[in-house]
Amino acid sequence: MCTTCGCSDKQDVSYTMPGAHTHSPDGHAHNHDHAHSHDHDHDHGHSHDHSHGHTDPRAALHAGMHGRTVVLEQEILAKNQALAERNRGWFEGREVLALNLMSSPGSGKTSLLERTIRALRDEMRIYVVEGDQATSNDAERIRATGCAVIQVNTGTGCHLEADMLARGMQQLKPPPGSLVLIENVGNLVCPALFDLGERAKVVVVSVTEGEDKPIKYPHMFRACRLMLINKIDLLPHVRFDVDRCIAYAREVNPDIEVLRVSAETGEGIEAWYQWLRHELVGQQPADHAV
Amino acid sequence: MHELSIANGIVEICAERARDARVIRVRLEIGQLSAVMPDAVRFCFDVCARNTVLEGAALEIVETPGRALCRDCGHEVALVQLVGRCVCGSAKLRVIAGEELRIREMEVA
Repeated sequence: MCTTCGCSDKQDVSYTMPGAHTHSPDGHAHNHDHAHSHDHDHDHGHSHDHSHGHTDPRAALHAGMHGRTVVLEQEILAKNQALAERNRGWFEGREVLALNLMSSPGSGKTSLLERTIRALRDEMRIYVVEGDQATSNDAERIRATGCAVIQVNTGTGCHLEADMLARGMQQLKPPPGSLVLIENVGNLVCPALFDLGERAKVVVVSVTEGEDKPIKYPHMFRACRLMLINKIDLLPHVRFDVDRCIAYAREVNPDIEVLRVSAETGEGIEAWYQWLRHELVGQQPADHAV
Repeated sequence: MHELSIANGIVEICAERARDARVIRVRLEIGQLSAVMPDAVRFCFDVCARNTVLEGAALEIVETPGRALCRDCGHEVALVQLVGRCVCGSAKLRVIAGEELRIREMEVA
């Protein structure tokens, strides 16, 4: 295991560009060493050598018996956070709008992307990152629209992380001013914790799910700027209280914006396109919220 | 199971700082609103620590309770989950504690 970058745990992550012949680069290349800031190498002040908790006799005894206590006070997600900020700077420098789309499996993220690409491909340059544990099925669907796409298979991982997005961008190379849509692994829990460096997180919830998803998975809905309620064409056939769903979402995140759409019929979808247009030119979105 | 990534991160950070010294004990702070389950971290930690300088290290976890400030009346509220209400009835809460996810210290041989 590489204890410097810990990338052995990502050994099962693969990157595929459907149709391209440059797929699956060495999944273990250590060429990303610039990303881990080692500037903390010299900061372990050993002044605490003699401070092992004299207030707690057990701790002192324990330390005396065993070893030396090193105070770390380090955020566990700091490395992902640092890489995410690096991605964010990369995107901002190129005026690329990156959005992180998240939902449970089957809420219609890929269908939403397909429709969005077909509708907007003449007015914006769209690039897609598909995250799934396995298969490149979704990337193939996106590729069929003519859009450049990279599939990131996370293997055992249940979410995308910032370094995976960075690797994806190295291959996808989105030009300045483009829109990068990141379809995260279908999961309402884990992706909420891992910043990728996107401008905004968007959660998709479909009316075939329970309307209480926002309070069941509050971390996700709190992290997102926009909630898309998808499959609204099915509302006559399901018991889904849209207003209650929105109320739950606002309970978790009072500032969340909400749009009702159907990726299948196109109902309400224009408001989503407008939201994208406004975000892309860096303006505040107009008042399309419900 | 983001706890697997979390545990990997812990092992990675500690191994880097310990260099070649053996790590005997690691103390974490995990907030009760952090969406990270201590038991799952413990389970994953043992797996991730295998064949590293952290193999066999004890994992201590301090859990921090959730607290929030009401955005409407300024009252401080205790939270056991992310969704909650202030005594004034407002749901507009700003979390001020309970989201910690930090390695406090470690003990090396």
